Amino acid sequence: MIWNHEFETMPREDVAQMQIERLQSTLNRVYKNVPYYKQIFDQLRIIPEEVNSLEDLEQIPFTTKTTLRDNYPYGMFAVPLREVVRIHSSSGTTGKPTVVGYTRNDLKHWSELMARVLSAAGVTKDDTVQIAFDYGLFTGGFGFHYGAELIGASVVPTSLAAPEKQIHIMRDYKTTVLACSPSFALAIAEKMKDLNVNPNELVLRKGIFGSEPWSEKVRDQIQKAFFINAFDTYGLSEIMGPGVASECECKNGLHLFEDHYIAEIIHPDTGAVLSPGDTGELVLTTITKEAMPMIRYRTGDLTRFLVDPCPCGRTSWRLARFTSRMEDMFVIHGIKIYPSLIESVLSQVEHAAPHYQLVIGREGGMDELEIHVEVSENSVIDEVKTLMKIQDDIKSRIYEQLGIHVKVKLVEAKTFERAGVKTGTVVDLRNQ
Amino acid sequence: MLKVQNIRAYYGNMIVLKNLSMHINENEIVTLIGANGSGKSTLLKCIVGLLPPSQGVILFQEEDISRLPPEKIVRRGIALVPEGRHIFAPLSVMDNLILGSYVRSGGQGKKEIAGDMERMFEMFPHLKNRLKQLAGTLSGGEQQMLAIARALMSRPKILLLDEPSMGLAPLIVEEIFHKIVRLRAEEKTTVLLVEQNAEMALQISDRGYVLETGKIVYQGSREDLLENAEIKRAYMGH
Repeated sequence: MIWNHEFETMPREDVAQMQIERLQSTLNRVYKNVPYYKQIFDQLRIIPEEVNSLEDLEQIPFTTKTTLRDNYPYGMFAVPLREVVRIHSSSGTTGKPTVVGYTRNDLKHWSELMARVLSAAGVTKDDTVQIAFDYGLFTGGFGFHYGAELIGASVVPTSLAAPEKQIHIMRDYKTTVLACSPSFALAIAEKMKDLNVNPNELVLRKGIFGSEPWSEKVRDQIQKAFFINAFDTYGLSEIMGPGVASECECKNGLHLFEDHYIAEIIHPDTGAVLSPGDTGELVLTTITKEAMPMIRYRTGDLTRFLVDPCPCGRTSWRLARFTSRMEDMFVIHGIKIYPSLIESVLSQVEHAAPHYQLVIGREGGMDELEIHVEVSENSVIDEVKTLMKIQDDIKSRIYEQLGIHVKVKLVEAKTFERAGVKTGTVVDLRNQ
Repeated sequence: MLKVQNIRAYYGNMIVLKNLSMHINENEIVTLIGANGSGKSTLLKCIVGLLPPSQGVILFQEEDISRLPPEKIVRRGIALVPEGRHIFAPLSVMDNLILGSYVRSGGQGKKEIAGDMERMFEMFPHLKNRLKQLAGTLSGGEQQMLAIARALMSRPKILLLDEPSMGLAPLIVEEIFHKIVRLRAEEKTTVLLVEQNAEMALQISDRGYVLETGKIVYQGSREDLLENAEIKRAYMGH
């Protein structure tokens, strides 16, 4: 279901016109109101009124998380604080938190975008939506809340209540839609098994998951655990929060909301803009944000554009599902490895569960990667021979697809959960 | 319907419009607000061919009209109601209206033009009562209505209105704005309104653009503009 026909099905030439208009006014505004942007534009002799096309955007340098941290807390705001009606921030576990602000219009736009996200997943006012994202400085809870309220659904703001409580509420309050992070969904699913709650006791029919990358294998797990249709959604607080791009019923990439954002894909090292279809780092420019516009913000997320028409009727370009953050990347034998690529190989292997850990060591002066992966729960493997075959299978696929030799260690199902280790963690022993 | 892309315009050596882009869709009412000297009237002049842009493109129904002379642009369906009205003072109201239909006199029948006249009288009853009166003796508000009616006689697809409220009493301004709303509803006219009376203009508009020293600094829906604190303070005196 399309929430906003005018903008979601706009013909491409009209999208281009609208984007250039909004980009020009945004550049004029930031030049005038944000000292950081005025300074770098002046330094590089960039004149906003000479930006006549989306290609001209390439002359403008990138904004990064460091830029935001250097201008902590309110240095990137383009309006006086009295006009900022909401402030959110990231947790700040890896450095100073990044602070973001919203005017009334920004909140209005955010709500409308979230209504699009929910509608694209088929959520309507007849649904009961349980929002198990954190409500607080994090943008997930509030973002979904506004969208769900705008649609007129019944909103149950459980935030990060314990999995057992989430389950009781889902069952008793008759939740039909669950919104949370994929890892939280898996934790709730585990709890359901422990409590012997059958998904048939719930009236849950769909779920929207985001705020971290997750694979098709995890989607499959979630869908099977809850008997629901699971949708992917993408966002980041520096740009808006959730509400940047989202899946429709075709599940064929995430539709970008191009009336609010201009997206570019760049080469992570050179910064060169890549052609549509090439994989690279997503860079976003906001074209309607008032309080904190962002010009060419490097998201650190890898994806590519999907430009073929989508059967749903939306005309926007889509982004391929996110499976990795660049900061997770590490180097082995001089080769850059993204954990998500390893994950995608593991998902091809029948008896491997999507729970793994990467241990990087150094042996005799040489880097070594050992993949510890759980055997999938339902696999019955009674022969050492079979285990070895699985290991070899993983090893050869990794070599074929990533070009590196690795060691593989199969561990029992649920090993990581029991040890409290999040899947996909990288343990780098080289510097110890 | 109308797409303006990156236009740059000068009066002699003085740059007035720097890289201006905007658009208007069929049947919309779009308002351009901005202070005196921001370039609003200049944009209308560029659209209608009175001031050719030195750079950039103006597309009307996909055709590039940026280098066409005004008479060709008017024939394509763009009519300007200029700032200060500029009705033909020594001529009667009737003659003013007839002149407004001049571009149509070649092809279409007298009957159609007469039909349009009737509709003008119905929409602007004040004019019907003053047909033989010299236009220069009308009140300000009546002159404004005459100027609009005259422009409408060319059956435009887009009506460009330059500061229709200027120098008029608030009640008259209200009446004129009501007429504009009727025009859009009944005649399906598309309207580009340039106004200093931002609040009133936005109340009847779908969207707006804010022009500041020749550049667009903000655009959005009517609600966006009416909600934005900076715009309210600068242009609506709040």
